[in-house]
Amino acid sequence: MILQANALTFNYLPGQWVLQDISLSVEANSILYLLGHNGCGKTTLLEILGGLRAPKSGDVWLNGTNVHRLPAHQRARHIGMVPQMHIPVFAYNVRQVVLMGRTPYMRLFGTPGKADYEIVDHAIETVGLTALRERAYTELSGGERQLTLIARGLAQQTNVLLLDEPTAHLDPRNQRLVLETVLELAAEQDVSFVISSHNPNSALLYADHVMVMKAGRVVAFGTPLDVLTEETLSMSYDMPVDVIYNHEHVAQAIMPRRNGASFRHKQPGGALSRTEDR
Amino acid sequence: MRVLRRELPGVLISVRRRQVAFYWIVLLLPIPLAIIALGLGRYAIPPRDVLQALYDYVFSSGDPDFEATIEYNLITRIRLPRIVAAMIIGANLSVTGTAFQGIFRNPLVDSNILGVTSGAGFGAALLLLLNASPVYVQVSAFFFGLVAVTMAYFISRLYYSAPLLVLTLVGILIGSFFSSLTSLLKYVADPLDSLPAITYWLLGSLTGATRSDIPLLAVMSLPGMAFMWAIRWRLNVLSLGDSEALALGLNPTRLKLLIIVFSTVMTAVAVSVAGVIGWVGLVIPHAARTLVGPDHRRLVPATITMGAAFLLVIDTLARNLWASEIPLGVFTGIVGVPLLLIILRVNKTGWQ
Repeated sequence: MILQANALTFNYLPGQWVLQDISLSVEANSILYLLGHNGCGKTTLLEILGGLRAPKSGDVWLNGTNVHRLPAHQRARHIGMVPQMHIPVFAYNVRQVVLMGRTPYMRLFGTPGKADYEIVDHAIETVGLTALRERAYTELSGGERQLTLIARGLAQQTNVLLLDEPTAHLDPRNQRLVLETVLELAAEQDVSFVISSHNPNSALLYADHVMVMKAGRVVAFGTPLDVLTEETLSMSYDMPVDVIYNHEHVAQAIMPRRNGASFRHKQPGGALSRTEDR
Repeated sequence: MRVLRRELPGVLISVRRRQVAFYWIVLLLPIPLAIIALGLGRYAIPPRDVLQALYDYVFSSGDPDFEATIEYNLITRIRLPRIVAAMIIGANLSVTGTAFQGIFRNPLVDSNILGVTSGAGFGAALLLLLNASPVYVQVSAFFFGLVAVTMAYFISRLYYSAPLLVLTLVGILIGSFFSSLTSLLKYVADPLDSLPAITYWLLGSLTGATRSDIPLLAVMSLPGMAFMWAIRWRLNVLSLGDSEALALGLNPTRLKLLIIVFSTVMTAVAVSVAGVIGWVGLVIPHAARTLVGPDHRRLVPATITMGAAFLLVIDTLARNLWASEIPLGVFTGIVGVPLLLIILRVNKTGWQ
């Protein structure tokens, strides 16, 4: 157990609970997926796990230390956060962006030194962006940008990286590129990942554990095959969901269910010609 | 083009080399410019004699046998203070502009965004109306510059949402408020006496900059410049926004407050000596980013020297082009705006 959260609660306004009684644990070299509807508290939870926000009650333990008792620069050496949609303001190049991951190791008025550059170049190599090292971050594709930010997290040399919707706005190829890289890192780099996502299929493919949330509460927590069921997902997303199983009853895919049927092409009388689909 | 560049890393290496070359050129630029500017004026002095005078000023002036020439006196007593003042003020305005654009993550701001200049303008106008001596005008300008920013900062804290946006908005409002007060003062001012004085002050000029201004300027400005240089790496991180800076282990709120305090003092002292000089804090950061790239490790030193060089050139032109001086604040706008338009057209490495 590397990261553990006990009974976290949080509210922005009095009486309006954003998180209630959230407990979770992350094992070493594992990937935990957080699923849930918009506004269910995933991002807030990640911010609390990352120490950016203090919970109203409960605590977060990282390798036996209370995350919220650590000073900012110490905390940033133990837990890294990869933001959701990075809005680039300045056209820093890839190397400069990744170098920022070394900030928690610098002195008050320090700048990166030779050792920092070596760590950074290694991190860039690990995510496979060496060829783009000198390129402006703003000119990269969405997938390359996400990989750059993951490399920045690696340069931070933490044991846990929190990824806030890393595959949002990415095409399928880039989604796969990012998640395969994450999987590789979790296996080889001594990093655990907590990933918030709106894609239960990615959780099925890549997660070791899944936590499903609804309105600030935990609905289910466990392995993907235990948690990603029609019942749980339908309840969490408040809509009918189909889980498609293979002949050994192992879940293969998760689909939202259309009103009246699962698949359009199975509609009697040829659904494609139906006028309401236009 | 995009595909081509992906395949040709050599092009990118040359971008970096070009930026490094520009960096060193920009860093050294003020030295030759200052030597030329010292020679220019109604009484022209060749660069060799300028260097001789500077050499004497540093090494021989304590010597009892040393006899000051006309050139020596002209350079060290009249031109040097003004040129040093122009350079410090230009550096102040542009480095604070860089820092503000970084922390506000906005290409349209400079250190005036929180109302320092409008406050200072009011403070100066108030004492000019009372026919006070120049020293008091300066003190009042400096004081009201600080008052305006302090008001903007604390009023913005009364609101909950998006502090940065609120701070910008409140800063603009406070600035407008003080501008209105200044207009009121101009309206009631004596049109033959204090009104021209106020108007002239608001247009900005270094005519009044004398030797006695330099120590104050230096004391108020150099620590700020040193601070900006010291946090040059942190400015990079701050420009990613608060939550990322926090995630990377910084305390963005405290750091930004320090930047605002230093910048306000630097801007207020610049305005109190030279009056209102616009555009430097907006144009120079953009120009520097185009030349040396967005990394504040290079950008901070580059904007200091570029700002110094820019205002030096503008002031030298202002006092040499025509028989009567053109107000500095007018000139920076006339030169700065076209320059900014050109930069925004060619700029590919600064803002997205």
